[in-house]
Order: sequence, then C-alpha cells, then structure tokens
Amino acid sequence: MAEPVLELSDLVKNFGALRATDHVSIDLKPGEIHALIGPNGAGKSTLIHQICGTVRQDSGTIRFAGQDIGHLGVAERSRLGLGRTFQVSSLAPEFSALRNVMLAVQAQQGTSFGFFKPVMRDASLIDRSMAMLKRVGLQDRARLAAAELSHGERRQLEIAIALALNSKAFLLDEPMAGMGPEGSKSLTGFLDTLRQEAPILLVEHDMDAVFALADRISVLVYGRIIATGTVEEIRRDPAVRAAYLGDHA
Amino acid sequence: MLTRETIVNIVLAALLLAVPLAANASGQPFYVTIATRVAILALAATGLNLALGLGGLVSFGHAAFFGIGGYAAGILASHSFSGEPLLFGLSGTKQMPLIWVVAMLVAGLVGLLIGTISLRTSGVYFIMITLAFAQMVYYFAISWPAYGGEDGLSILVRNQFAGVNTMKPVSFFLICYVLLMLALGLFVLVRGSRFGSALQAARQNEVRVATVGIAPYRIRLTAFAISAAMTGLAGALYADLNRFVSPSMLSWHMSGELIVLIILGGTGRLFGPLAGAALFVIFEYLLGGLTERWQFFLGLILLATVLFARGGLLGLLAGKARHG
Amino acid sequence: MTLALALEQLLNGLQLGVMLFLMAAGLTLIFGVMGLINLAHGSLYMVGAFACAAVASATGSFWIGLIASFACAAAAGAIVELLVIRRLYDRDHLDQVLATFALILIFSEGTRWLFGSFPLYLDIPRLLQGAVALPGGAQYPVYRLAIIAAGALVALGLYLLIGKTRLGMRIRAGESDREMIGALGVDIRTLYTVVFALGAALAGFAGAMVGALQSVQVGMGEPVLILAFVVIVIGGIGSIKGALLGALLVGVVDTMGRFLLPQVLALFVPPSQAGLIGGAAASMLIYVMMALILAVKPRGLFAAAHA
Repeated sequence: MAEPVLELSDLVKNFGALRATDHVSIDLKPGEIHALIGPNGAGKSTLIHQICGTVRQDSGTIRFAGQDIGHLGVAERSRLGLGRTFQVSSLAPEFSALRNVMLAVQAQQGTSFGFFKPVMRDASLIDRSMAMLKRVGLQDRARLAAAELSHGERRQLEIAIALALNSKAFLLDEPMAGMGPEGSKSLTGFLDTLRQEAPILLVEHDMDAVFALADRISVLVYGRIIATGTVEEIRRDPAVRAAYLGDHA
Repeated sequence: MLTRETIVNIVLAALLLAVPLAANASGQPFYVTIATRVAILALAATGLNLALGLGGLVSFGHAAFFGIGGYAAGILASHSFSGEPLLFGLSGTKQMPLIWVVAMLVAGLVGLLIGTISLRTSGVYFIMITLAFAQMVYYFAISWPAYGGEDGLSILVRNQFAGVNTMKPVSFFLICYVLLMLALGLFVLVRGSRFGSALQAARQNEVRVATVGIAPYRIRLTAFAISAAMTGLAGALYADLNRFVSPSMLSWHMSGELIVLIILGGTGRLFGPLAGAALFVIFEYLLGGLTERWQFFLGLILLATVLFARGGLLGLLAGKARHG
Repeated sequence: MTLALALEQLLNGLQLGVMLFLMAAGLTLIFGVMGLINLAHGSLYMVGAFACAAVASATGSFWIGLIASFACAAAAGAIVELLVIRRLYDRDHLDQVLATFALILIFSEGTRWLFGSFPLYLDIPRLLQGAVALPGGAQYPVYRLAIIAAGALVALGLYLLIGKTRLGMRIRAGESDREMIGALGVDIRTLYTVVFALGAALAGFAGAMVGALQSVQVGMGEPVLILAFVVIVIGGIGSIKGALLGALLVGVVDTMGRFLLPQVLALFVPPSQAGLIGGAAASMLIYVMMALILAVKPRGLFAAAHA
C-alpha cells in the first residue's frame, strides 16, 4: 500500500466546552478521492481549518507529503502543495479571473518580490494561467473581474487556482454548493479525472456526487469519525444510516 | 489606445508643469512656489498611496516619515554649515542627492521598524498604532533640544544640486517635478509587478493570498518601508522648500492631511495624490484668501467627499478605477 | 528623591489615568458596539471644557458649568451621530477616519469662531480649593484628589450601568452580536445614538474637569485622544476593563517615567544631560510600552473576542 499523502492522527480541538474535533484520524492516499460527509455542525469546517492552518489543533498530528505540518502557517502549508478551495468562494474580487490564477502561478514559481517587470507582459505567468483556466473551461471569461463571475464560475476559478499551485493534494470544501444540476454534472466529470493528478479530500453535501466519485467515505458526526469505508460499506453501515443518511441511501 | 484616465493624467501632469512655467515667465514666482508645494505634497501622498491605495494599509502615521525626511535635510545642512561632525566623524552635507538618499534610508528604516510591530495587527488597531508611533516621534522631536526642539530648525541656504541654481524657485520646482514623475513611474511599475499583484490581492482578500502560499506580512512590510522612504524623500524636499523644519511636519494633522490628499484625488489611483494635492492647495489658497476659517470649510468639503463622492476628483473625471 | 515627592507623582499619574479612562471608555464602547473609530472624540472633550468654562463664567458656578459640560457634550454627540456618524457604520475604517477627521476640523474652527483664539480659564470651585497633607509631609491639591474620586465613581457607575441595567444588557448584546440585538426587537438606531451620546458625555466631563487644571483651548482634546488610543490598544479594543487598566497603566507609567527617568540617568551621566535625555526618553516611554505589549499580545491585554 502506498504511503498516505495526508494523514491526520488523533486530532483534537476544543472551543471552550465544545469538542469540535474528537480524536479524528483519517488519511488520503495517492490517486484516491476520499469524501468527508456529515450533518451540518459535525465539525467538517473546523477540521478543514486545522488542515489548512487557520485553526491550530489542541493535540494530535497532521502529516503532509512526508512531514509534520501541524505547526506551520497557512502560506507555508500552501507552498508545500496543499491546494484548497473554499466553501464560500475566496478570490481577489477586483482582479480578473486571469490575474487571480496568475497570483497562484507566481507564488508557485517562487517569488513575489519582483518590483519592475509587469505581470501582464510576463508570458511565463500568462500562458500557464490561461492553460489552467482552459482546463476548468473558463478561458473565455479570463478578462472578467472575479466579482463579475457567476457563482459556479467562481468555484471553477478556485479549482483553476488550486491546479496552478501544482498541488500534491486537493482539499475541496463543498465544490458543488450552489452549482446547478448541469454544473454539478460537468464538475463531477472533471474531478473524476483530477484524482490522477493528486488525491482529493472532498467535503461535500451532494450525495450523488459523493457516491459517484468517492473511493472511500468518512462520516463525521459530532466531531467524531463514526465510519470509514467504501461507498458500499458506508451505504450499508447501520450507524451511518441512523445518524445521517436516513432514507437518502 | 488611451483610456479616459490616462488622458486625465496627462492633462494633470502637463498642467502642473505649464502653470508654474507660465507664472515664472510672467514674473509671478509666488505661483511657482505654490506649484512646488503641490508637487512635494503629491510626492508624499504617492508614497502613502503605495501602502494605503494598493495595500489597503491605512497608516495614520506617515507624518513621521515626512518629518524624518525633513529633519534629515535640516540636520545634515546644519552640520554642514557649522562644520561639526555628525556621527562617527561623518560630516553634514549640502548636496541634495546625498540628503535624499539619507532621508529615504532613515525614513525607510523607521518605517520597517514601525511596520514590523504595527503590521502584526490590522484594521482599527493598525490605524491607532501607526498614529501612536508617529506621535512618539513627534514628542521626541519636541523634547530633544539639540535640533531646535519645539522651535524647529532653519536651513539658512537651500541645499545644492550640481549644475542647478536651487535658489531660483523655478529650478527647484523642476527638481521636485522630476522626482514626482519618477515616483509616479515607480508606482506604475510596482502596481503592475508581481509584488504589486500580491500587495493588491492581500488588500482584497488576505486569506486568498496566504492560500496560494504568499505570506501577506512580508509583502506588506516591504510595501510599508518603500512607502515610508518615498514620503521621507518628499519631507526632505519640503524642508528645502520652506528652508525650515519643525515638529509640525511630524504632527498627526500632517498624517491626516496626507490621507485627505489621497481621498480627495481618488484612492489607489496613480494620479489621485497629485489631483488631491492640487485641489487641497487650491482650496487652501482660495478659501484662505476669503476667510481665516478656511479649515472649517475644508472640513465640510471633506465630509461631503467621504459621504457622497467616494471616488474623489479622479472618480469624477475619469470614472471608476479599472484593474487588470 | 523623597517618598513624599514620589507619592505625589503617583497620585498625579492616577489622576491622569482616571481622565484617560473617561476618554477611552467612550471610545472603546463606541467601537465595541458600533464598530466605529471616532477621531473626533477629542473634540467632544474640548466641547465639554468650553461649555463648562463659558457657563461657569456666565453663572459664576463651576457646578452648573460641570452639568452643562455633560449636557453639551452629550447633545453635540447625539447631533453628530444623527447627522454624520450613522452614515458611517457600514463604511470601512478609512472612511470613518476621514469623516471624523473632517469633524475635528469643523469642531476646532467652529470653536475658534465662537470663542476666539485666546484660551479661557476655569477656576477651581471654592469647595475643592486648597490642599491636604500627604504622609511624608507634602501638600497635595484637593481638586486633583476630587478628580480621582470622580473618575472612580464614573467607573463604578459605568460598571453598574453595563452590568445591571436594561440599557447595559442591550449594549452587551450589541457588542457580542449585532444581528441578534435587532432580532430581540431593540431599536438599534436609538441605541447607537444613546451609546454615542454617552461616550461623548464622558469625554465632555473629562474635558471640563481637566479644564480647571489647564487652560481651555482649541486642540486640547487631541493629545488626550492619542493617549486614549494608546490606552485602548494596550487594553484591547472593546473592553471596558481593558480601558480602565490600560488607562491607569499609561497614566502612572507616563507620569512616573517623566519623574524617575532623569533621576535614574543622573546616576550615570552629568545632571544637565540626564535631564535632557531623560525627558526625551520619558516622552517615548508609553509608546515603547505599547510596542512591547503588542509584541506579546497583538490584540491587547483584554481583547474582546470579536474585535
């Protein structure tokens, strides 16, 4: 078995008396899509925040790409190749779609301390950024300000940014949210191919997408993982059915 | 292809050059001095615009850098005049280029120091802390008697620039004008560069910048130091214009005025500071001629601008700002 | 250095701290509840001092002047809130800074217009004239002690107001959750006006009391405002407790620094130089203290969670 790209071991996070993350251990192996599901308030966001570094865990370890990243800042984790999209789109709204991606490309190329060369005449930035936009199907919208893009287009743009970072793993926080049925379908197809590039930890409410994509599913309830397994195992798991899936499955 | 903003900018730059030249030709040096004041204030505000307009860093302490630049000019000149060594046996100087370098270095270093602490915070904290540190410099200047304390320090003869008679108002104006244009050129370069991209993105969305792997703190700190250096350069010129430097250059009213210039002109716009400085000096001159209480009306105008005309003068003339 | 002198300086520091608290409490309350940074708070301090001086000289009574300072500053605060400030709550901090900076210009020049450029003087009321003997033999002015007592009373009153009354409950609700308070059916617009007027009244009261120690003049509020900023940055924005502790800390450190630093330096360098260097260093002391505190706690000692 290949070594996991991302591995959370025994993670705990308390907010006052509330235990938001309760001894969570999950991992992400090369080539897989691992879906994280759970009812609202189960602590999915808190978990994501700990992986990205915006919230520090109380105890437990986070290993990524062979090193302990639990003490690193957000920017450092990103530089190691942790590509993330947001539940609510997080872009530079005044910048064009292209320039949003270019920011990621410049970060990936290693330096943001160039003071004189105009980025808009920098072929190494523009070509690669356009290629990323093309992959998510946004090439025709490249010159529009991010604020002018539709909701679905912003999600696509976020993915283009994560791609531009040459991520070693993707952390996608509800990418289907707010997408129409058509958009969800094409995004599902796209993510299916993306796993070849890097494994995906997918937090998602859209069960159709999860069941279509996931190699493994973990179910988070009240901060605890109550089950991890294949789609079939999770569908059959009585605890999961009781706690979460209900009649959905 | 010229945008409307570019045309407005060219007209502004041309006017700032043409008016004092015409005034000089018709024997009215007073207007040359006024134009010099506009150019210097615009330079100081362009420095602030780097931090505030591009980076969204609302520094209420840029008077510190303005004043430090001024004192650098004053102190170097006074040592050159008296012949007393300054530090480590180094002597003063009357050469403007050297004074400018010192002013920018010292202001930039102090900016680095103040920025290191204040950029750990954001929002209202940042505003208050930059204000407080500037106030610290102000009180230091007042209570340190070696260079005039509260009374300030006179520069007996304007400093020199090789090959130019700096005592002629129009020559000194041209020096200031060229420096302003160079600073505006630098602003354009920085705005369009990788660094500028990261800086502007950090203003729009800090989390986004960190998520692509760029630490916003270092970007902002660098911008703050460059901004301080540029405002320091303007301070040195301002001291030479008035041939006098005093703690009033360091006062928090000065910090407020620099922000006002940017807002009157248009925040984050290349020529916002120049448009604002011109507007401000014209207000001061016209209103000041009509009433002793011109600041009262300035307050009203400013209030109306903030409440009802947020784009400033350039917003009015050139429409909404565009970003690449 | 005698003990009596040190005690006297300590009391002066307390008195400064108490005054700073009155300013900082209003600022921090306004920020905590409405999210607004108000540079014109120093102008309200000035309004209070001028109101007190003008009314006291017209009526011959300091006490009526003191009441007038409270009322005028509160009224000025309410009017400013209704006309200008309430348009700023949704704006970014830059707009707030500029608009309130514009208010300073208007207030300062407006006051000069009304009262002329010469300072006014305010006499200490007869009841509080004279001095008491401190342990160690020094004489200390009764009036300064009265300021300390008045400040302590106001602090207590504020504590009771916020902790025990309906208004206080609403203020606390407003600090923790602006939407919830609307859902509770509280009229937010009125609440905001009241909070702003309350902050203004505290500032005006402080201005009036200090007005009897110094001259009453345009611009008197600005140095105090900036010290009050230092206070709330140290204490943590939005925290009344932080404002109180920060104010006492700043008041005492500033006063004792000016007193002690030259003396300590005199042990190492000639006295004339010690006075100069010590004086300059003392003027920077509280800012250095602020920097050190921020280096450890970037959000101040008692930061409110949401700020």
